[in-house]
Amino acid sequence: MNIKKILPQLLTLLVVILIFGFFSYNAQVNMENRGITFGYGFLSQESSFDVQFSLIEFDGSHSYFRAYLVGLLNTILVSVIGIIFATIIGVVVGIARLSNNYLIKRTAAVYVEFFRNIPLLLQIFFWYFAALRALPLPQDTEPMFGVFFLTIKGFFVPAFVWNNLDVFIYSLIAAIISILFIRIYARKKQENEGIQTPVLSISIGLLIILPLLSFLFGGVDASVEIPVIKQLSQSGFTYEGGIKLPPELISLALALSLYTATFIAECVRAGVQGVSKGQKEAAASIGLTPNQVLKLVVMPQALRIIIPPTTNQYLNLTKNSSLAAAIAYPDLVLVFAGTALMQTGRAIEIVSITMLTYLTLSISISIFMNWYNKKIAIKEK
Amino acid sequence: MFKYLKQLTSLVAMVAVLFTFTTETMAAKKSKTLKNTQKKGFVRCGVSQGLPGFSNADAAGNWTGVDVDVCRAVAAAVLGDANKVKFTPLSAKERFTALTSNEIDILSRNTTWTLSRDADIGLTFVGVNFYDGQGFMVRKNSGYSSVNDFKNGISACTNLGTTTELNMRDFFNSKGISYEPVTFEKADEVVAAYDAGRCDTYTTDKSGLAAQRIKLSSPDDHIVLPETISKEPLGPVVRQGDSVWEDIVRWSLNVMIEAEEYGVTSSNADSMKTSDNPAVKRLVGAEGELGAALGLDNDWSLRIIKQVGNYGESYKRNIADTGILPDRGPNELWTKGGILYVPPAR
Repeated sequence: MNIKKILPQLLTLLVVILIFGFFSYNAQVNMENRGITFGYGFLSQESSFDVQFSLIEFDGSHSYFRAYLVGLLNTILVSVIGIIFATIIGVVVGIARLSNNYLIKRTAAVYVEFFRNIPLLLQIFFWYFAALRALPLPQDTEPMFGVFFLTIKGFFVPAFVWNNLDVFIYSLIAAIISILFIRIYARKKQENEGIQTPVLSISIGLLIILPLLSFLFGGVDASVEIPVIKQLSQSGFTYEGGIKLPPELISLALALSLYTATFIAECVRAGVQGVSKGQKEAAASIGLTPNQVLKLVVMPQALRIIIPPTTNQYLNLTKNSSLAAAIAYPDLVLVFAGTALMQTGRAIEIVSITMLTYLTLSISISIFMNWYNKKIAIKEK
Repeated sequence: MFKYLKQLTSLVAMVAVLFTFTTETMAAKKSKTLKNTQKKGFVRCGVSQGLPGFSNADAAGNWTGVDVDVCRAVAAAVLGDANKVKFTPLSAKERFTALTSNEIDILSRNTTWTLSRDADIGLTFVGVNFYDGQGFMVRKNSGYSSVNDFKNGISACTNLGTTTELNMRDFFNSKGISYEPVTFEKADEVVAAYDAGRCDTYTTDKSGLAAQRIKLSSPDDHIVLPETISKEPLGPVVRQGDSVWEDIVRWSLNVMIEAEEYGVTSSNADSMKTSDNPAVKRLVGAEGELGAALGLDNDWSLRIIKQVGNYGESYKRNIADTGILPDRGPNELWTKGGILYVPPAR
């Protein structure tokens, strides 16, 4: 057709293939020379190492693949916690920076400038070792509300012990499905008859009543297990029972959210300031209260500016969570690209899997945020 | 007829063997790593990020330690100057990749010799320069006097990607004790976390415990429990596939140990040239052609002994006099009740 247009593209493609071919050939030759074999078979082998904190059951008798899942889930956990807190802090600080109150405004500005200008790794070290030094030993801690224990060995919180947990979950699912139906029904009713249905109060009611029924008639039963102090040696103590959040998780989540929140705060500030002043004045002139102005006029427009750069920050936070290895939080990099790599020596295989995993995580977040961005974009009719 | 055929085949076989032999020795002089090292003018050596007694840099950047001395011995043998070494500090996680990807030519970093490491990941262990075993450090006021006092729920700090991690699991499993492993990439962070009270015990090789103890805020408040839960033969490692280089590193280490056995030291090495003992004369290059077999000159071993010293001198200088482990324990010569025993250099 048009050779002049196609030829450069073909050439580029050829060069890329050649480069990849060269490196993979080289790797093959080098590995053969050193007697290293290549393969993913090791994933089903027994891992024979333990992990301190895991969302699924794991010990050394499980496979390397399960160790990979443990690391992946821990990475997702700290990323989700980080994203939630970074968003909350970021929005609050971002709006505080626009406040008319001088003190609030300056405090927010100082916070942003301070935390975004210090390398993240240093902050992680600071929160971890400062926290370790500052937290009390298990035997010296003051319980919060009698049941929460914050100690150097972790944050011990009460756990629920369930009977017939499945019935309880079914009741929750049933409640959510009926709420969805009611919302659709309510929207139709409003469109057809112009009558509003109190969807919110009905939803809350359903969410309370159905699980309550499961307790009364479904045989569901929950008791609370409170952590109890246990003596390990003459000077060493720990807590038993309940749920233990390791200090590594807490300090990592803290460092990640405080750091990323500064960038999100700037996104929020930019978004709000990006809405033209005329919009606010027009909204005020038709009698909306300041809160309504913010909620109905400013925010919907600001969000369109805020979402894309904030997506970047979410991606950054997820990728930065790999710094966990420095402070012993068993994330994907520490468990899989660290211990598993060292014990098997399968560098190429494990690093490739780890890279693909981070790529998949990041792309999933991107896809979700793009979907949300489209959803809130102005729909021109 | 058949008789002659048999003789003919054996003759052909002999020629073939001779031929491979000569090509082998020709390859010896063509060792890629040796050639590159001589071209560069320094030995590329991977060491730890700071383990007193084994490989540790002072404020001026001078590396000392028994692991460091192995690399210095190779430099003395190959380049004639024990100071022509470029040290690369590596974490436990990075060390093998650095070696297999040609970043370094010798890994001398308190590395445990195991079957899977030797056979599976492109490495070759050339010997043992320190016989060690894994132990536990605890606070004195804990009242622990033995690993049998450990209770369910104990938390143990250690290094990531080490045999320690695996031994620890084997040990606690066999005792039926549930434990919390807290693993860091760098030794300094392990020490800091243990010091702060994050862990009830710190576990690693006993030599490592002794060396890291000085970094604690009050070393006297901590003790190392008497039990040893594993065998940790530590030694230098090279890449698989260059058997000549492998031999050079192996025999540089062996010469140091054998020199101690025969009482050859850095100060008396020259005078030993006139010794009556042929084994001693071979060690200092006054008899035999040992250097040629390795593709080196005949003074290679003399230079090692003169510039680095024998194993005993190295141990005394780095480990005993620094107060890390004054008692040599198993790292004493076999003639003196230890297990240091190397094949003869002849």
